[in-house]
Amino acid sequence: MTPAPGDEARALVASIGRWDGRPLTFMEVCGTHTMAAARAGLRSLLPPKVRLVSGPGCPVCVTPVGYVDHAIALAARPEITLVTFGDLVRVPGSRRDLEAPAPTLARAKARGADVRVAYSPLEALAIARAEPAREVVFLGVGFETTAPTIAAVVIAAAAEGLANVSVLGAHKTMPEAMALLAASSELTIDGFLCPGHVSIVTGPEVYAPLADRFHKPCVIAGFEPVEILRGVDALVRQAAAGRAFVENAYPGAVRAGGNPRARAVQDEVFEPCDASWRGLGVIPGSGLAMRDRFARFDAARRFDVRLPAPREPRGCRCGDVLRGAIDPTECALFGTSCTPDTPDGACMVSGEGSCAARWQNLEIGP
Amino acid sequence: MRVVAIDGATARVESAGVSLSVSLALVDDVAVGDHVIVHAGFAITVLSPEEARETLAIFARLGEA
Ligand code: SF4
Repeated sequence: MTPAPGDEARALVASIGRWDGRPLTFMEVCGTHTMAAARAGLRSLLPPKVRLVSGPGCPVCVTPVGYVDHAIALAARPEITLVTFGDLVRVPGSRRDLEAPAPTLARAKARGADVRVAYSPLEALAIARAEPAREVVFLGVGFETTAPTIAAVVIAAAAEGLANVSVLGAHKTMPEAMALLAASSELTIDGFLCPGHVSIVTGPEVYAPLADRFHKPCVIAGFEPVEILRGVDALVRQAAAGRAFVENAYPGAVRAGGNPRARAVQDEVFEPCDASWRGLGVIPGSGLAMRDRFARFDAARRFDVRLPAPREPRGCRCGDVLRGAIDPTECALFGTSCTPDTPDGACMVSGEGSCAARWQNLEIGP
Repeated sequence: MRVVAIDGATARVESAGVSLSVSLALVDDVAVGDHVIVHAGFAITVLSPEEARETLAIFARLGEA
């Protein structure tokens, strides 16, 4: 008989709590884990010797400010309808006039730009069909889980001969960023809690180099609090045994080989490219660029936009937070000028951002 | 979410009274009655039956809480 989640959670907390070896730092590399762990107050359930830090898994957070500038510049063009996932509209772009609040897509919309929030990239297709006179641009931000959905939309647009839809892409792939962090001397990571939804698409195999080359335990976990605890417990066990391998603690959803169909759709449209991450810089091979065959769906190539050099928000330490180098509360702006209602940086905007998650956690209390 | 109807490459899925239309462009072999994980309007995987049962049990408990 399977135990009730409450009993199992208590048993897992007790098991993790028995760890009395060297201090262990695990990184959760998924914004949804960050958010779920914060909601459930999981950090406070862990013993002092087991620390969970957030990594670069919030898509909006790792998207550099230059991308936001690009999106705002596109939204300013009268012929363009910009369609985006909700989080992005409040992310600050480069602030050039220090007297005025930082530009965002939400502020552009308030001034008359046609910016629409969507739950799915399919909505961009529907708008393009219904409003053939508009140039519809979708903001393609996200990891391996989102990239195939964008690719499917591009393939559908090409098949339909829709000429008024395109994507401003900033897709990223996780394993390269994780390898960079695994090799970093700034923070010693003793293992990775690997993202459940990304792994559904990639399969567990993508983490093998982290386990083999960098000797980091890797455990794929689901999103319920008890599933996250299972993941942490598995990480502690591997560390205790001095082992490092890829463990799938989310087996019903994540299968060996991942989702080959989703990857085939993604590969048809995208090819690997170097990508710029907030806080991590340019990581070779960590992004996805549209293949030349689909160039007309690439908003960056379709519209000629000239942008001044980007500027990160002054005082914002999102970059350090995304590397797990500091806790959000170590940022001087945290909770003073920067709150979820008045975010200075991307990590406070998204519910998946570490700063927003920490804020929520402090409000709920330990 | 549970698949309640399939029409070509689109399915209607339901969970806890929420009903959505999702694309099946990224999954193979989906049947009515299957449980799928949905991301941004697309089914991205079909859950194995055991996993679906466990996930539902967790949802049911959250509902009680
Ligand atoms: S608290 Fe705000 S300003 Fe500080 S790092 Fe986080 S998002 Fe940036």
